[in-house]
Amino acid sequence: MILILKNRILKGVVTRHIEPGLVRELNSTGLKLKALIRKKFGKSLHIRQVDTGSCSGCESEIISTNNPIYDLQRFGVNFVASPRHADALLVTGPLSKNMLVALKSAYESMPEPKFVITLGDCALDGGLFKGSYYIEGPIKDILPVVLHIPGCPPSPLTIIKALLDLLQKEK
Amino acid sequence: MDCPELISEIKNKLPDFSALCVQEDYPDQVCIKVSPEIFKGACFTLHKMLASPVMMLFALDERNGLNKFVINCVFVSYRRRQWITVSTDILQESAYFDSLAKTIYSASLFEREIWEMFGIQARGNPDLRRLHLHDEVWPQENYPLRKDFQKVHEGNLGEYKFSRVEGRGVFEVAVGPVHAGIIGPGHFRFSVSGEPIINLETRLGFTHRGVEKLFEGKLYSQAINLSESVCGNSVFAHSLAFAQAAEKISGLVISAQVAYLRGIFLELERMYNHVNDIGGIAIDVGFSFPAAFASIIKEAILQLNDSLCASRYLKKVNLVGGVSVDIDSAKKYLLLCSLKNIKKDFNELVKILNDSVSFMDRVDTTGILKRKTAQDLGVVGLVGRASGISTDLRRYFPGVYEEAKFKMITQESGDVLARLKVRALEFFESCRLIEEFSEKLVTGGNIRVNPEQKGGSALGYVEGCRGPVLYWLKTDSAGVIQRAKIVDASFHNWQGLTFAVLGNIIPDFPVCNKSFNLSYSGNDL
Repeated sequence: MILILKNRILKGVVTRHIEPGLVRELNSTGLKLKALIRKKFGKSLHIRQVDTGSCSGCESEIISTNNPIYDLQRFGVNFVASPRHADALLVTGPLSKNMLVALKSAYESMPEPKFVITLGDCALDGGLFKGSYYIEGPIKDILPVVLHIPGCPPSPLTIIKALLDLLQKEK
Repeated sequence: MDCPELISEIKNKLPDFSALCVQEDYPDQVCIKVSPEIFKGACFTLHKMLASPVMMLFALDERNGLNKFVINCVFVSYRRRQWITVSTDILQESAYFDSLAKTIYSASLFEREIWEMFGIQARGNPDLRRLHLHDEVWPQENYPLRKDFQKVHEGNLGEYKFSRVEGRGVFEVAVGPVHAGIIGPGHFRFSVSGEPIINLETRLGFTHRGVEKLFEGKLYSQAINLSESVCGNSVFAHSLAFAQAAEKISGLVISAQVAYLRGIFLELERMYNHVNDIGGIAIDVGFSFPAAFASIIKEAILQLNDSLCASRYLKKVNLVGGVSVDIDSAKKYLLLCSLKNIKKDFNELVKILNDSVSFMDRVDTTGILKRKTAQDLGVVGLVGRASGISTDLRRYFPGVYEEAKFKMITQESGDVLARLKVRALEFFESCRLIEEFSEKLVTGGNIRVNPEQKGGSALGYVEGCRGPVLYWLKTDSAGVIQRAKIVDASFHNWQGLTFAVLGNIIPDFPVCNKSFNLSYSGNDL
């Protein structure tokens, strides 16, 4: 317990630990994001993530957005455990045949209103795996995708900015 | 014939053994060609003699021209520091071979894979259910890794049969493929009697993307990008194993500078994975402070990667014939300074965990994988080391690790705590290795050579963060890849998990799973 307290005090607020330029950018982006989410979703935006055959690089970066340094949660974005709790579905991976049914049923079990975001180059059109015998093709042909976040994998800051851009555009 | 002493040793154990041809293709690779009749016997003898599980077992389609399939079975000999391949040709009219799985359990999954991908039956294997091509979506009699496979033709769909445990009070809990966390997809079916798990069956393959087929017909320069996307958190290990195989075929010898740089990047990758897993173990027992602390350390390493080579996950760093990024004195200074802080933080993290009695109570004696079980299953890498099996390619095929006096870390108890300890100690060892390697760096050396496009086959192997990553490549004379076989340590180790959880309660499954931290995409390919 003493060790925990000691490290808590020594570390301080770690969101300040990244480069100063980045901190300003992150905070201004984040606060705008927070204001928009407050306006459009009540208090918070809940996202359910589904991996449809990604290499887990994208997952790793999504997890990074929740680490204490970026701390996406403070701006009102939560990653939830079930599609039934979610406003948005965040899909990664090139869509393996084996995941088609699971992806569809995850989408169907979400309450209305709902929207889909794809993340990572594979999710756009298959990326490096385009043309494989086991890829079901672009996710946007199967579900109504409103936003794509490019990158292989996109960095946490790219993810946060892309979410902000989306909410600014949506009326 | 090469290697007479190896052959006579086999003959001592197996009197009617005769090899059609023995070739020492590279100093670390021997290929023994045998007839199909003695394939099984030869494999079993080598398995016993070398105390090695089946590291790879795969088929090649050479019907075009040669009218045959080839089956290769790869073992590792730590004593000889060699990879020994037993190879046999089977005619296309009789596309089957004698199953190894009844005597060598570690061959079992490979045989299932050969059956679904090539339609070559391992006769005598009682379990030929498909692994990656799920019966519900992929019609029967479509074998995608055959050369003449163009597109899938219509056929009957089937259903996967789970092994069932029946009896009064036994019930099943099905989990997945979409899990609660932000992780890959897999299906777990627990049979539970009261609280303890009495059987776990994992069904994977959800992230199958047909990677091995995609490698075919590619040149090295395109294929190396693909190898980086096989498993997103061992990017460097995969691209390095690929590059090594390609370099062996081209006859390239890399410079010492490149070897040190690769060593540094490989250890950086190991470090961020190990600290991530330690954090994961903490969060899975609900201990969130150290988990958050670990994710800060992970982020620090990722940012260090980013400033060293403009990629958080070390993508586009490896090339066939070298690396694209050099570490000059400014970067070296940054590396060593960051490392010092990272080590200090990590030390605190380990202290916090050791200090917490309730945490230790949860991980101690949880999810035990016994040494004997691990050996029989052919468990490799970190999980093997935590169960007392000394397998670390860095020790037995050392290269630059030899002069750095690499110390292999093993534990005996095989529980979650043992795997945690191995990770923590390896983290410190990695820090030390990076310091050693960076001492040796020189500035201004040549860090890349263009590979020669040649035909041939070779095995590339790297000890990644989970264990050995193996790439077996075959190219034609223009340097175009004809066949690539990839085996990630996860492929061997998923089976270990199903045995480690037996007798534990379902709420302890996440922590057991996290302590293995296996890759879905590296397994499913």
